[in-house]
Amino acid sequence: MALARLLDSDLFWSFRRSPVTVLSALVALVCVLGAALAPWIAPHNPFDLASLNLGDAFKPPAWDEIGEASYPLGTDDQGRDMLSAIMYGARISLLVGVCAVLFSTLLGVTIGLVAGYLGGSVDGLLMRIADIQLTFPSILIALLVDGIVRAALPREAHDQIALFVVIFAIGISAWPQFARTVRSSTLVERNKEYVLAARVIGLSPLHIMATHVLPNVLGPVLVIATLNLGNAIITEATLSFLGVGVPPTHPSLGTLIRIGNDFLFSGEWWITIFPGAALVAMVLSVNLLGDWLRDALNPKLR
Amino acid sequence: MFAFIVSRVLQAVPVMLAVALISFAMFAYVGDPVAIMLGQDFTEAQRAALVSDLGLDQPFFVQFLRFIGNAAQGEFGLSYRLSRPVAELIGERAPATLELAFCAAIIALVAGVAMGVYTGLYRNSWLSRLLLTVSLIGVSLPPFLVGILLILVFSVWLGWLPSFGRGEVVQLGWWSTGFLTWSGIKALILPSVTLGLFQLTLIMRLVRAEMLEVLRTDYIKFARARGLGNRAVHFGHALRNTLVPVITIAGLQLGGIIAFAIVTETVFQWPGMGLLFIQSVSAADIPVMAAYLVLIALVFVTINLVVDLLYYAVDPRLRIGRAVARGR
Repeated sequence: MALARLLDSDLFWSFRRSPVTVLSALVALVCVLGAALAPWIAPHNPFDLASLNLGDAFKPPAWDEIGEASYPLGTDDQGRDMLSAIMYGARISLLVGVCAVLFSTLLGVTIGLVAGYLGGSVDGLLMRIADIQLTFPSILIALLVDGIVRAALPREAHDQIALFVVIFAIGISAWPQFARTVRSSTLVERNKEYVLAARVIGLSPLHIMATHVLPNVLGPVLVIATLNLGNAIITEATLSFLGVGVPPTHPSLGTLIRIGNDFLFSGEWWITIFPGAALVAMVLSVNLLGDWLRDALNPKLR
Repeated sequence: MFAFIVSRVLQAVPVMLAVALISFAMFAYVGDPVAIMLGQDFTEAQRAALVSDLGLDQPFFVQFLRFIGNAAQGEFGLSYRLSRPVAELIGERAPATLELAFCAAIIALVAGVAMGVYTGLYRNSWLSRLLLTVSLIGVSLPPFLVGILLILVFSVWLGWLPSFGRGEVVQLGWWSTGFLTWSGIKALILPSVTLGLFQLTLIMRLVRAEMLEVLRTDYIKFARARGLGNRAVHFGHALRNTLVPVITIAGLQLGGIIAFAIVTETVFQWPGMGLLFIQSVSAADIPVMAAYLVLIALVFVTINLVVDLLYYAVDPRLRIGRAVARGR
């Protein structure tokens, strides 16, 4: 029943009409499935040191004359299968990206809601902070947060929580966009009659914000979150490429590209190009889906 | 006009103070400079002497004021990693980054505006479609990947251009420039294209969208009705009116160029401030990080200020709007 309703909806109709969107949804689905199911469907386990064989290092992709069919995309300097490494890497990239977006959504929506609903000096202060942060590119904020945490913690402690540090750094760099959008729609909702009614019957501001205003301002948040996912994945890859992202024990796509970069000049291009291609496919499909969602949910364009 | 400038400058002050506070807090609470400077063997008396020498026993507020005073004079102490004055390190690296950012900005602006105007005027030509598709992919390509691809094609496969460093530089006083030697110019090409590409695609899409918007307006129809030629209509009327948003975005993108220089400099091992910063982050070298932070904030605040002033110069409505508001 729910499925029938979904298939009949406007959203699905506009989805089916755009071949680019269908294609990017398929690519995104392949990326997500490949990443999520990596431990079960990857041909090799790149973290199982016992199965690594240095004799298999630097094998080119399977279609090359000296390539091997068991390593479809070749191997890296330690004989790891690139396809498996990419699947495991995409897992980390997606995990960090999704968690970071969830974190900045949570932070931004809360702040936007509070600023818009309470107004006055709280609003002024919070939006000023957002303005200040928006003047700096998010990659710079993420780098700084990461750098400060790195300097504050001893190295051993840092390696254990590095994943959370990266999520925190990326998440905190993106909240102002959410906060601004939610604030402006909260300003509109605040003066509507249902909110006045809720106030008249004596509900607490917290209750009104969470159960009455929040559901009505969430629409645009979904679009911003989708568009931000692509950015978060790129930021994570950039941090890892710079060597300040996720720890090398859990290589993400960015880490793989950094490792492969060292072998570019000796002709082993596949070690860096394939993770790069995977990254681009993932980000491009997510961005295209976000663009479509934005247009599809915008009543002006119907 | 004067009041406008003053109010903008006053708005920038809290930003700078906030940034100074963050970088001072890094100094004060992250890591232990005393332990780092003393090394392995020391007596308690030596420790106490150093603490009072550095003024670390004074109240937070006094220390903060002194930090601001020092920062205003460009004094950020010694780098933990290299044991040299931070100001000297940054001064050495600044020309490399500024030359790179300058070239990237020129590429992004000139090519971005030209392509944007073209795709806006001839939006159904095959070239416009190609440019738009490529720009969509360009937005999804992380800058470091663009750099790697360019290196792979132009350095590894074709061998035309160098892949790292600045080539030969010429010293002009304290400024080292790569513009005066052939190898310096060749070394600039790949990094500045990499750095400019992302901003180029953004500027192009923006100019295109604005051109399409403006070309639909009535005054363009009137200009055509008056018998003005294509050139006058396109450049004299349409392009001029797209400039306001373009200036804002382009100004902010210039800040983006400085930030992404960190990435580009790492890919190309370009000896600039960004590379210094990233090395400092991985070595937890607080003085360099703090100095870089303050410097970048200053650059950003200045850019925003200049953008606001340009706004004022380009858009007469802002001036009239304020005069009317005052008249009432």
